[in-house]
Amino acid sequence: MKSYLERWLPQLLLAPSLIVCLLFFYGFMLWTGWISLTRSGMLPSSDFVGLLQYQRLFADERWLGSLGNLARFATLFVIIPLVLGLLLAILLDQKLRAEGALRLIYLHPMALSLIVTGTVWRWLLDPQLGLALGVRELGWTSFRFDWLGDDDLALYTLVIAAVWQISGFVMAVFLAGLRGVDEAIVQAARLDGAEGFTLYRRILLPTLGPSLFSALLVLLPAAIKSFDLVVALTDGGPGHASELPALYMFQMAFERSRLGLGAASAMVLLMMVLSVALPYLYARQRRQRRAG
Amino acid sequence: MMLRRAGIYALLALFAAYFALPLLFMLLNSFKSVAELQRGGFLGWPQAPDLQAWREAWAALGGSFKNSLLLALPVVALSSLLAALNGFVLCKLRFRGSEAVFVLLLVALFLPIKVYLLPLAISLAKLGLAKSLGVLIAIHVIYSLPLALFFRNHYLGFPDELLRAARVDGAGFWALFTRIVLPLSKPVFVVVVILQFTTIWNEYLFGLVFTDRDSRPVTAALAQLGASGEGGVRQYNVEMAAALLAALPTLAVYLLAGRHFTRGLVAGAVKG
Repeated sequence: MKSYLERWLPQLLLAPSLIVCLLFFYGFMLWTGWISLTRSGMLPSSDFVGLLQYQRLFADERWLGSLGNLARFATLFVIIPLVLGLLLAILLDQKLRAEGALRLIYLHPMALSLIVTGTVWRWLLDPQLGLALGVRELGWTSFRFDWLGDDDLALYTLVIAAVWQISGFVMAVFLAGLRGVDEAIVQAARLDGAEGFTLYRRILLPTLGPSLFSALLVLLPAAIKSFDLVVALTDGGPGHASELPALYMFQMAFERSRLGLGAASAMVLLMMVLSVALPYLYARQRRQRRAG
Repeated sequence: MMLRRAGIYALLALFAAYFALPLLFMLLNSFKSVAELQRGGFLGWPQAPDLQAWREAWAALGGSFKNSLLLALPVVALSSLLAALNGFVLCKLRFRGSEAVFVLLLVALFLPIKVYLLPLAISLAKLGLAKSLGVLIAIHVIYSLPLALFFRNHYLGFPDELLRAARVDGAGFWALFTRIVLPLSKPVFVVVVILQFTTIWNEYLFGLVFTDRDSRPVTAALAQLGASGEGGVRQYNVEMAAALLAALPTLAVYLLAGRHFTRGLVAGAVKG
């Protein structure tokens, strides 16, 4: 009896977690998929309507606007932190005495909630009181800065705050990559006369592929899921000018009582995230299996 | 050479200013009075520092600050212990389907909350579960299950011989786990606890949807404060004090254990 229990104990211990995981992640995901195929409005309904909600979704100017915003936001949210993070990593890699302190400063935004980040930047970017006032106080009295109130530019305030939050993290990933390069290879390159930034271009940067992919795997899903920052910084405004898909989903499902439409937009979000994550995970699994 | 180094330092200092600016802004303005705010002065040192803004921020956020502590501490303890157990089972005790479970957890890590939020809300309403801190704790523990991957990766590095030797000694699974595995898990626990505390403390969406006024965590309360203050008096000294208050616990953890924090973030990104 004891040995029987002993034999199955691991599975028994794992089973509750596994069942809960299947239900709460995957079961609910399928449920959301089902809701998106029904007439559900204020209340969930089981009236099957095919892809009607998706047709409505993609006929909605607001949704299409949020997708366009996401494309612009995600492009900058990926490229700027990659460039800035790499630059900071290379600069910090020069055996500086202040490295520890600088790294602490660059990375601290990662400890903050996006709600805090959004709250602070909302005041920093305030046309009357924030940085704009600071510049005016320095003597440039005609200085104006009103991106928060501008239909075309409000989206870029999200970029400013999000880049501030994430760049230190990208730097840390690249720095770990640079430090992981075999010292013997670096020495050999030095003997061959590679110095300074030539050394980086020829020897070190080509080894950063895995770091780049790791950073992308964090940045891209984070961009697609962006919600907290939008709520705290612009709330999608002015109007819907800086709305992103996750905010659209939340407002439809939880504030405007259009459950079917909200569920459909959630499924589109899911497909976007999976189209980024699955190829990467697949490649990684194959690599590991080959290695193992 | 000297010149190049000076250039590097200048550039790095410039970026440091950019990254430190918001924190400085919060800190300086949270100690200014309303009268001082009206006189202007953006990054100026507070002329007559007072704690009025902090008192008001605490009056508005104190309750939810305590809620966040009552939320984060049990969630961190429960979810990391559960993750250690699941991670060990997944890693060292191969059974049919263990690879599939691994993939399920890995993909779950990427699912947007929005994909299961609606059914979760509908289920809780149908079950008649009131919005409360207890419900929120349970939800966070459930959706932290993929944390097991962190421990699994750590346990992959454990030598099989060690475990086999323990088995020969007659240690059962449970004894193996509590006497040998857990004590050897301290480094990964430090990293997971720090990351998980930061994640739970900073989480907003669950805290917004599954709580009421009395059980709101600090992020939801801060967002509310910002939203309600808009039309009215623009007391950004209070808002800055409130933002700093909401940031203090995670900032403190970061300052005390920055290296583990960074290692966890990077490891999480590279492996997870």
